[in-house]
Amino acid sequence: MGEELKLLGVWGSPFSRRVEIALKIKGVEYEYSEEDLFHNKSALLLEYNPVHKKIPVLVHNGKPIAESLVILEYIDETWKDSPLLPQDPYERAIARFWAKFLDEKCVPAVWKSCMSVGPEREKAQEEALEFLSTLEGELKGKKFFGGETVGFVDIVANFVGHWTGVLQEMAGVDILTEDKFPVLCKWAEEFQNCPVIKENLPPRDKLLAFFKAQRETITNFYKNKV
Amino acid sequence: MANPKEVELLGLWVSPFVRRVEWALKLKGIAYDYIEEDILNKSPLLLRLNPVHQKVPVLVHGGRVVSESLLILEYIDETWKQSPLLPRDPYDRAMARFWASVAEGKVLENAWIALNSEGEEKERAVQLATEALGHIEGVIKGKAFFGGEGIGYLDLAIGWVSHWLPVWDEVGSMKIFDPAKFPTTVAWAGRFVEHPVIKEKLPPRDKMVVYFRDKRSRIMASKSHV
Repeated sequence: MGEELKLLGVWGSPFSRRVEIALKIKGVEYEYSEEDLFHNKSALLLEYNPVHKKIPVLVHNGKPIAESLVILEYIDETWKDSPLLPQDPYERAIARFWAKFLDEKCVPAVWKSCMSVGPEREKAQEEALEFLSTLEGELKGKKFFGGETVGFVDIVANFVGHWTGVLQEMAGVDILTEDKFPVLCKWAEEFQNCPVIKENLPPRDKLLAFFKAQRETITNFYKNKV
Repeated sequence: MANPKEVELLGLWVSPFVRRVEWALKLKGIAYDYIEEDILNKSPLLLRLNPVHQKVPVLVHGGRVVSESLLILEYIDETWKQSPLLPRDPYDRAMARFWASVAEGKVLENAWIALNSEGEEKERAVQLATEALGHIEGVIKGKAFFGGEGIGYLDLAIGWVSHWLPVWDEVGSMKIFDPAKFPTTVAWAGRFVEHPVIKEKLPPRDKMVVYFRDKRSRIMASKSHV
């Protein structure tokens, strides 16, 4: 079948990598196109995501889909092998709840803890600790959020599993530490060692160098973001 | 058909998020027990059922607890198959979810900020909400509802625009819901509120004005004490 699948992404973005992990788990082939977000967004990106002008954008047979969580659900519904979400409606609702919690609470709090200054940073750090504690509670003795294997929530938690460590090192703050979050740190280790995940994470040193060098550009970029 | 005792909904009379869930239950003909929460005096039940966010709506189905209104809609759709809310096709489903997230994240969030602020903050919020509504204006494309011939998930997600936004515009002395700018959306809103299931579950406008006026005063007062 002449299927055309293209992903517009950015090598250092957790949102972009989520989609790649999902496609790799499903064994689906795709063409990847790297976007230059800060300086020169492609005409294709602006055409495919006029509302947000952000990556990732998945284009399937010419039809674009934006927003990583929407894309993940689309992938799961289109390619039925190796399901990402559980089958049961209640368990799906729980998985979606934690995915939302990660994106709406954990990610912004951790990001601001590392990238902003003054009272905003302090408040964000308090929140980050609270939210990560809640997240840790959800692991409840499981190896992964998805149970024995990586699932939807684990993929969405990639920011916690890989980017948080890099950001806090760059910023010189202590958020996700073993003494505070032993369970979450153990999960992060398992997560990063998982073969399909490992192959689809940006190298730590490259990411660290990128954030260090680009800190100001990034802060300004996200400040002016609509 | 579900046993009334089997489905319970914790809600607040004036909340558009709660109403979404009630509309969905009614469209599917699902009987449920409604429990009104006093948001200023949260019950032990609410705190136990939704410890993470302590918010309504919360759906309890045979002892299983689901929170977050859009997630509840998906749970309802997956559990009771009659009168489907989401389309069948994965791409159409992705579009419904995408536009729901735009309506929530860009229209609703900014309209709420605009309602409860003044000056530059208000102007910026009005601008962002208006811009986002502009994108949504193109989505119906000649159909009666976002869901097509009948009401669907996206209608329920955006439904608050039809009845709450005009009230917020009045209380906030602004005009986001503008028939001159958004004729298609305003026409849809007129059809939406006339639908028998929807009409039955709209909170009285005059009481809403009082409620949001009072809430606005309290929010503005607490801001000036920062």
